[in-house]
Amino acid sequence: MIGGGFGGFGAFVRRVHQAGELVVQPRMGMSDPELMRAGLLATKGAAGRTVGTVTLDSYTRVGDLESAELALLEGVSLNGYPIVSHDLETTRRVLEGIYGADFPVQVRHGSAAPLDIFRALMTVGLDASEGGPVSYCLPYGRIPLRESVENWSRSCDLFSRLRELGREPHLETFGGCMLGQLCPPSQLVAISALEALFFYQHGLRSISASYAQQTHQQQDVEAVFALRRLCAELLPEADWHVVVYAYMGVYPTTPRGSLALLGEAAELAASTGSERLIVKTVAESVRIPTVAENVSALEHAAARAARTERVADEGADSQTYAEAAALVSAVLNLDPDVGRAMLLAFQRGYLDIPYCLHPDNQGRTRSYLDGEGRLRWADIGRLPLAGVVEAGESHTVTSGELLESLSYIRWKFDNEAIAAGQSHALSGGAA
Amino acid sequence: MSLPAEQNKPVATGPDRRAAAGQDKPAVAKRDATVIVAGGTSDSHTWNLVFLQLLLEEMGFDVVNLGPCVPTDLLVAESLARRPALLVVSSVNGHGYQDGIRMIGKVRERAELSAVPAVIGGKLGIAGAQSAEQLAELIDAGYDAVFDDGAEGIASFQRLLDSLPQRVLT
Repeated sequence: MIGGGFGGFGAFVRRVHQAGELVVQPRMGMSDPELMRAGLLATKGAAGRTVGTVTLDSYTRVGDLESAELALLEGVSLNGYPIVSHDLETTRRVLEGIYGADFPVQVRHGSAAPLDIFRALMTVGLDASEGGPVSYCLPYGRIPLRESVENWSRSCDLFSRLRELGREPHLETFGGCMLGQLCPPSQLVAISALEALFFYQHGLRSISASYAQQTHQQQDVEAVFALRRLCAELLPEADWHVVVYAYMGVYPTTPRGSLALLGEAAELAASTGSERLIVKTVAESVRIPTVAENVSALEHAAARAARTERVADEGADSQTYAEAAALVSAVLNLDPDVGRAMLLAFQRGYLDIPYCLHPDNQGRTRSYLDGEGRLRWADIGRLPLAGVVEAGESHTVTSGELLESLSYIRWKFDNEAIAAGQSHALSGGAA
Repeated sequence: MSLPAEQNKPVATGPDRRAAAGQDKPAVAKRDATVIVAGGTSDSHTWNLVFLQLLLEEMGFDVVNLGPCVPTDLLVAESLARRPALLVVSSVNGHGYQDGIRMIGKVRERAELSAVPAVIGGKLGIAGAQSAEQLAELIDAGYDAVFDDGAEGIASFQRLLDSLPQRVLT
């Protein structure tokens, strides 16, 4: 088995953090094994402390293995690496000589039914992945939340058994992302922390909690500190770290605007003492990025992080922490089993994602961007935040207003780039 | 992906349509027409679907939003049940071309659905804009139009909507 016995993904991130550096990581997955291998090699060779990513394709994610296999047979390129459909030897060859103590590799997928994926990644000797029962279900498909919780419970139970082999499996929550945009930070923080606790309850001891950059830097700093504080409170026995995602919503179209936004994400991660950052590229608004674009993004983010000073957490209860803590404690009071508690919470509307179409989400909450670009609650629905949040005036959102909110970051960063005289948008290219 | 029967129903929760207290919604000229909006079979994105629903409702259509990752059988069943004035497939994950061809193929197999107007739009491939050849294949497969995800795509989509039959209710 390759990669065995080196403490794994979490330990690597810990070592880099102790050396005062930020781990940077791409989103990257190609169906052609040679391209995938070249992508991992390029990631490893990039300037900065990097870890590798194997992002799976959408067919594998939704369990449509037939379509994934058909694409491989026909030589059609997919939007990721079909780890269940490629034979084990092929995947081992992709990783051979690249994956190891100095270069951990994480599998990213997005499945609410991930058991096959966990089996496949464990069989080839990998030990790091990401997701969660809520964050890989509600925004992403049609599987009932109850089934997703069940599937994730079984997958975590299986994955954590790697510990019996002397390995330290690592799982990252995707809960800090929920739909990518327009979910107020406090709820992102709450779901991320709850999913981390879910992983812990299912035997994982090396865990990371995610937070995706939103629309206002100061609010994001507050959110990351809130997440760190909640993780410290909920996971005293675990080896945990925080991973920041560069903006997951509608991305700027100008290279300069994209880099500026990525730079802010790197600053957010480094200034809050977070351990890892997942980057976005200048191609994000147009297509799946090339390996070279990913390497540029990794290097840009690493350089920016290295120039960033740590800021002190004021320690006082911020608005974001107060809201997130209220959500977490209300949910945990529903049931000692976090999976069941989260299920009940969505049934009661104690957790409720704005604009989420999934039938298990009540859909009573609404958010808006205030004049400074902060994400706020327009309607708290049944969230247990009475007295914590001054909700705004609820009103019917038009398609134009929605598009404006969704595009706020794109316009902000593109306009700044245009003002600086660099307005050419990127066009398609060979990935 | 096989789904339990109760999941093979449309996602009923759309964007919140509640008006603020004391504010009436602007009156929309209702059309006597339903539009089905569907994400690609392997596509988990939903913002495109939420936006399309709002846009179509503002233009007076009734919208059935099937949500993300729509199985082909569900699309066919809903189309048979609702006889829509228009079918909209929206995809932004790079598989729209493959998914889209498969989806419309199954729809057009049904004689009752051979003439229902159907369009597809979004980011349909993994490498940016579609080639002329791929556009032609999508049209050949049974779509009446293919739209890109830029402002021009939305504008021409709206022109198409305006050309659909409508009956203003007073």
